[in-house]
Amino acid sequence: MSKNFVKIDEERCKGCGLCINFCPKKVLSFSEKFNSKGYHPARQHDPDNCIGCGFCYMMCPDTAITVFKETAKV
Amino acid sequence: MAEKVMVKGNEAMAEAAVRAGCRLYFGYPITPQSEFTEYMARRMPQVNGVFLQSESEVAAVNMVYGAACTGNRVMTSTSSPGFSLMQEGVSYIAGAMLPAVFVNVVRGGPGLGDIQPAQSDYFQATKGGAHGDYHLIVLAPGSIQESVDLMEDAFRMADEYRMPVLILADGMLGQMMEPVEFPEFVKLEGINDHSAWALRGATGRNANKVTSFDIDPVNLEKMNMLIQEIYKRVRVREVRYEAIALEDAEYMLVGYGTMGRILGSVVKLARNKGIKVGLFRPITLWPFPYAELKKAAQGVKTILTVEMSTGQMVEDVRLAVEGSVPVEFYGRTGGMVPTPDEVLAELLKHV
Amino acid sequence: MIEATYKRPESLAKREFSYCPGCHHGIIHRLVAETIDELNIREKTLMVAPVGCSVFAYEFFDVDGTVAPHGRAPAVATGMKRSLPDRVVFTYQGDGDLAAIGTAEIIHAANRGEKITTIFVNNAIYGMTGGQMAPTTLLGMKTTTSPYGRKSETEGFPLHVSELLKETAGIIYLERVAVSSPQEVRKAKAAIKKAFTVQLRGLGFAMVEVLSTCPTNWGLSPVESIKWLNENMKKEYPLGVFVDKVGDLK
Repeated sequence: MSKNFVKIDEERCKGCGLCINFCPKKVLSFSEKFNSKGYHPARQHDPDNCIGCGFCYMMCPDTAITVFKETAKV
Repeated sequence: MAEKVMVKGNEAMAEAAVRAGCRLYFGYPITPQSEFTEYMARRMPQVNGVFLQSESEVAAVNMVYGAACTGNRVMTSTSSPGFSLMQEGVSYIAGAMLPAVFVNVVRGGPGLGDIQPAQSDYFQATKGGAHGDYHLIVLAPGSIQESVDLMEDAFRMADEYRMPVLILADGMLGQMMEPVEFPEFVKLEGINDHSAWALRGATGRNANKVTSFDIDPVNLEKMNMLIQEIYKRVRVREVRYEAIALEDAEYMLVGYGTMGRILGSVVKLARNKGIKVGLFRPITLWPFPYAELKKAAQGVKTILTVEMSTGQMVEDVRLAVEGSVPVEFYGRTGGMVPTPDEVLAELLKHV
Repeated sequence: MIEATYKRPESLAKREFSYCPGCHHGIIHRLVAETIDELNIREKTLMVAPVGCSVFAYEFFDVDGTVAPHGRAPAVATGMKRSLPDRVVFTYQGDGDLAAIGTAEIIHAANRGEKITTIFVNNAIYGMTGGQMAPTTLLGMKTTTSPYGRKSETEGFPLHVSELLKETAGIIYLERVAVSSPQEVRKAKAAIKKAFTVQLRGLGFAMVEVLSTCPTNWGLSPVESIKWLNENMKKEYPLGVFVDKVGDLK
């Protein structure tokens, strides 16, 4: 059984919204907080439904997103 | 020991560049230097070098920039309107601290002008034809042999100081034929290792960047001051000139390149008439021999500067003597070449 | 055990991009860097950045690099490649750099079949200088130098670079792509990788034209810009392969 999730570098993120727009499972959204540049960074509010498709990574212009896969030790 | 060969100036300079270790030539045909480009087209393949005729002088200077980034000896040659097109590239090469050699076989101008010899690109060469605080080292040969000898220095200086060097020739030098002795081929191994900064692929090291750009003015000023320090060293070490019959001279002729050579004849003619005249012939136009000229002019009654222009180097002559000696000017332009007799006639007006 | 399935390529420098939010330069830079990683050519790649928004590109890639005078990158790349033929040399240029001031240089590099790779980013506007008209600006598009909308009678027509270049004999591979969706990003990556592979095989000149957004100067949000690109730019600049003299490169 594996699960997928993403980590978003809040300082690199410019709040462009492309990842949020293209996520097929709608697990990403804008954070309420500001980063030091004044943007609302994206966040993964629902990691349980992340399918690790990588669409967010592909559309991110700032390589702010890393996609991870966690496999349980058998 | 080497034999003398009868050769045209353009071809002699090209061969000298090959002997100096240049294996990269990018250029565009333009009269009166096309034989330089054509010679390189034949010669480079013979020495496993690279010749490429570019689509324009604009492209040529940028190909020179690219090849210079890799730290290999590279050059181009052109004539006045073509050198104008290259100015942007010259500024980038100077700002990025790249070694490169240029040859300008000057012709009558401005604009399309004509194809006869001139010296009307002095300002462009020495005061900067392009933007920014930069200089080229400018070498002014007076004979084909001298242009051949200076070529090796040109590449050495470009490599040593990481800056563009210009050989300022003229259509006379480019087109005439003289017996010339060529030097031996320079051995490049162990000379100027540019691997610390050159773009050759970041194998086993951090990536190198070559740029004339810094958006932060604090940094850009620092870059400029670094380059100015190099220019200071060049001014101290590379000034060259020739002094003929100046020890007892009451009058001084100043001229460079082909004009300097013609003035040598004027000295002889004038001395035959009993006039104590000598010749100061700058060989580096940048760095200009200001101090040396001032010293040589001590005790001289009048300086006559002669150029194939309406008066460009004469301003540096005036700067050099700082008002201590009157400076007169005689010039022909648009491709006209003064004869020794007409210069002598002019000199006699001031005697 | 946790592993990263998608992470920043090694050939990208760690510093942050200075591009606007949603600018496609960032995506395209990443695709080029992924390609350099996957082909294992970082240590022998030289790059030439243009003048334009991506003037800083040579700082964003961890390869030997320089920035050329405006439009001259193909000539600079030619000088590099002729000097060191076994290195991989690529230019990265925008529509002002390549299609306005640099038209001579790109045509002749392509025509000579220079063994270099060009990534051409077409966003139909001049970004860096504040949104002026580009040769690729669409008719009717309002820019700061076509404030009433581009008119063909006075400002001419949008320039179709790939359509023009495909006529040069030295060009081995030429494709126009977009990065407006993850699917298109995958296709664009494949095109870029193929273009670099053409150089590795010593076959000749290869170029990928990438349609891109400019949210800031189009006055649209990043997501709206993609919609505008899809609805307008793709009509003017159809995606597709213009030249493929290589077929399937395995």
